[in-house]
Amino acid sequence: MTIPNDIVITPQLIADHGLKPEEYQKILDLIGREPTYTELGIFSAMWNEHCSYKSSKKWLKTLPTSGPRVIQGPGENAGVVDIGDGQAIVFKMESHNHPSFIEPYQGAGTGMGGILRDVFTMGARPVAAMNALRFGSPDHEKTRHLVSGVVAGIGGYGNAFGVPTVGGEVEFDERYNGNILVNAFAAGLADTDKIFYSKAEGVGLPVVYLGAKTGRDGVGGATMASAEFGDDIEEKRPTVQVGDPFTEKRLLEACLELMATGAVIAIQDMGAAGLTCSAVEMGAKGDLGIELDLDKVPVRETHMTPYEMMLSESQERMLMVLHPAKEAEARAVFVKWELDFATVGKTTDDLRFRVLFQGDEVANLPIKELGDEAPEYDRPWTPSVPAAPLAAGDVPQMDVADALLALMGSHQVSSRRWVYEQYDTLIQGNSMQRPGGDAGVIRVDGHPTKGLAFTSDVNPRYCEADPFEGGKQAVAEAWRNLTATGAEPLAATDNLNFGNPERPEIMSQLVHAIKGIGEACKALDFPIVSGNVSLYNETNGRGILPTPTIGGVGLLPDWSQMARIGFAAANQPILLIGGPAERGTHLGQSIYLRDLFGRRDGSAPHVDLAAERKAGDFVRGLIRSGVVTACHDLSDGGLGVGLAEMAIASGIGAAVTGIAGHDPVLEFFGEDQGRYLLTVNLDPQGDAIKALWDEARDKGIACAWIGSTGGTDLVLGGSRAVPVADLKAAHEGWFPTYMDGAAA
Amino acid sequence: MKSAVIVFPGLNRDRDMIAALTKVSGTAPAIVWHQDAEIPDVDLIVIPGGFSYGDYLRCGAIAARSPIMDIVRARAASGVKVLGVCNGFQILIEAGLLPGALMRNTSLKFVCREVKLEVTNADTAFTRGYTQGQIIRCPVAHHDGNYFADADTLARLEGDGRVAFRYAEGTNPNGSINDIAGIFNEAKNVLGLMPHPENLIEAAHGGDDGRALFSGLLGAAA
Repeated sequence: MTIPNDIVITPQLIADHGLKPEEYQKILDLIGREPTYTELGIFSAMWNEHCSYKSSKKWLKTLPTSGPRVIQGPGENAGVVDIGDGQAIVFKMESHNHPSFIEPYQGAGTGMGGILRDVFTMGARPVAAMNALRFGSPDHEKTRHLVSGVVAGIGGYGNAFGVPTVGGEVEFDERYNGNILVNAFAAGLADTDKIFYSKAEGVGLPVVYLGAKTGRDGVGGATMASAEFGDDIEEKRPTVQVGDPFTEKRLLEACLELMATGAVIAIQDMGAAGLTCSAVEMGAKGDLGIELDLDKVPVRETHMTPYEMMLSESQERMLMVLHPAKEAEARAVFVKWELDFATVGKTTDDLRFRVLFQGDEVANLPIKELGDEAPEYDRPWTPSVPAAPLAAGDVPQMDVADALLALMGSHQVSSRRWVYEQYDTLIQGNSMQRPGGDAGVIRVDGHPTKGLAFTSDVNPRYCEADPFEGGKQAVAEAWRNLTATGAEPLAATDNLNFGNPERPEIMSQLVHAIKGIGEACKALDFPIVSGNVSLYNETNGRGILPTPTIGGVGLLPDWSQMARIGFAAANQPILLIGGPAERGTHLGQSIYLRDLFGRRDGSAPHVDLAAERKAGDFVRGLIRSGVVTACHDLSDGGLGVGLAEMAIASGIGAAVTGIAGHDPVLEFFGEDQGRYLLTVNLDPQGDAIKALWDEARDKGIACAWIGSTGGTDLVLGGSRAVPVADLKAAHEGWFPTYMDGAAA
Repeated sequence: MKSAVIVFPGLNRDRDMIAALTKVSGTAPAIVWHQDAEIPDVDLIVIPGGFSYGDYLRCGAIAARSPIMDIVRARAASGVKVLGVCNGFQILIEAGLLPGALMRNTSLKFVCREVKLEVTNADTAFTRGYTQGQIIRCPVAHHDGNYFADADTLARLEGDGRVAFRYAEGTNPNGSINDIAGIFNEAKNVLGLMPHPENLIEAAHGGDDGRALFSGLLGAAA
């Protein structure tokens, strides 16, 4: 078999495709000849880091991915988890970091588009979205532009598509100056007996192209996303795709209508590496070959080459294998929605991926080796060297009230209202808790009581200081945030953002973070059912903070019993559950140190997973028993910030005692883990609360009555009273002032 | 009372509107696809919110030129009540059923938040569930809700009681002239408004201030 080569394959061309010399040698060994230019492009698309997980696969396999409720773990477009009553929640988180830095509006928008498509490809109607965004230092010259563009891009796409944004994260740190992170999460509801997969079945069946036409946008995007940035970054703008949420919305409705006809055997959205990746995945998973005829592909530009068609990342496209008898019915659905529908190929029994163009065969490759048998690396990694703990007595002092006001008005803690008011948070009419609390909550449409909770968490400061503890903490915090609403944590998705894995110290971060995630997921019965890895987040050799974002999903049997963070009424006892008896002890890697003293030292706080689980199960039980009137987990800024957030949410103040002889800075700003603040509708002198304390003591859970709600001030121990109105002004002020350009 | 919801491609609050009409009246509305040749015989036609045709031209401009709008115009002329919410309001303006224009918000940003509305004229089929001057809560979610009309038109709207709702207590989210949130046609059987009463009709929404619009219209118990 010979295929003529019009373009000479040079070492430079191979390098430009992100292929290492040894990878190119593997290609030569595999096909026994020089690849064509189109074939080189196909290998580059399939074997890059973004599509093949070649550096991370060995470690990802160690994560717990199964459980009694898990219907589908990693490896499909999204994870699928049983929520009872014949329904499932389908969800995933995915990064769009590199494109969002180059072109923030389109990069972030198409990130939304991609993750939504992953969810509805499986037959689920998207019901909730979140975004975890990380930007550079507020005073970096590009930050405002990136924040503004990314937020507008997410809103522009998600609002038009019609999915409520129920939560997310926004953080700033100079380590993201050259590489921002845009991690998009989406979840959809489906019937458990109507889930659709990408595995093709049956020989000689039509492969059908659906959705938008193919253009030249995004050619080589996945390869770009698998490389570091240098000074030539502006030249990469043409590799960013352009989003069309109107087409995506029609594609959603058309796909769900089509699936209801029973015509769909297999379906795969065209995401990274477009037509190449979707066709290879469907064939490889089904142990089938695929033959594509590019003359049949709907194109929106003339004279597109096979190379461009195979590598285009034009958005809003799907590939399906259909029952031939239902082809006419399927076509009618797409005609109704005015979308392209073209039979572009067929399944074969020869395990080859064959591409035809104007009568020539331009690619003929072994499909299994392209897809699920792509190269895999065991990259070297250095031992983890966790940051040293702070010296005993190293507690930089500041007035507690001043520190609290400063933190509430800081870039880290301040309200994200400026961001989330640009997202439609209530479309579909099921949003029970919108952004600003511990987790977003929606009710399950059509069910009288059931609700779902969603959260996104990671603390990159902790991950940098100690990737293993940081990985554990990210999972624990997600689990904790779900628990704080009263939800039972079901499962999680991970979005692992790291630097260049070819550097052993970066690989070490990845390895140890995954180990930490795995340990926490096992201890908390919180399996990982989907995910995404984004490596090479480096600019000119400097990596980002290691950022393994965890998206968690929980189930509420009755959303009317869920807890919110705002104090509900005056004169209610405030309980601190979990953590050490001194309330706060750990200042290492805290925002108190970083944002008030410019210090990034100390060890990451330790997460005791057994204690975590015990405290969480106890809190969830209390919420479900109906005695809890408000609940909030403690994270950045510790007890002081947690209390302030609860007060700001309702306008009701509180007075909290201090512990005599204990440093109030540690007590109120220490970031010890596994802690919740609750208010209860119980008489602090009564029998019911005594029974609660007895139960906590018997279970070995710290449960201290630390104060009471009431008034319009927040009083922390012996420090001066701070009006809640002042805290609120500080909290609401930072973001709009910053974006107006007046602050930095 | 029977109702119908018109669906154009790109609308996305059709399901919210259908749920509200169904929950308040106990009867599901008829769903009319924009290519359908007829609208069933109903008392109320609703054009819900969203992004018809992606809002890729002026918001609502493409849907307004769809053949189904000729039928909507004819029904409105015959006295059938027509309600347009958000993109539906934009479509009614582009279709010439309501005067003025909806421009980009002065912030130049999409805004989703709760605002306060004053019921400016409670003496209509749409607003009779409210009292004159009542202040209600209502969410907004739009990018182009900044109402504008020339001085003559504005004087007519104000003078003839054709301002239905006004943003109240300093909550105007978009820069609308005279804080206008919703207006009637001359005969007051066509109402267009930017806010989303369909998203605040039950305790689960955190309030039901929007419900009276539907219950008043549909003659159902509030």
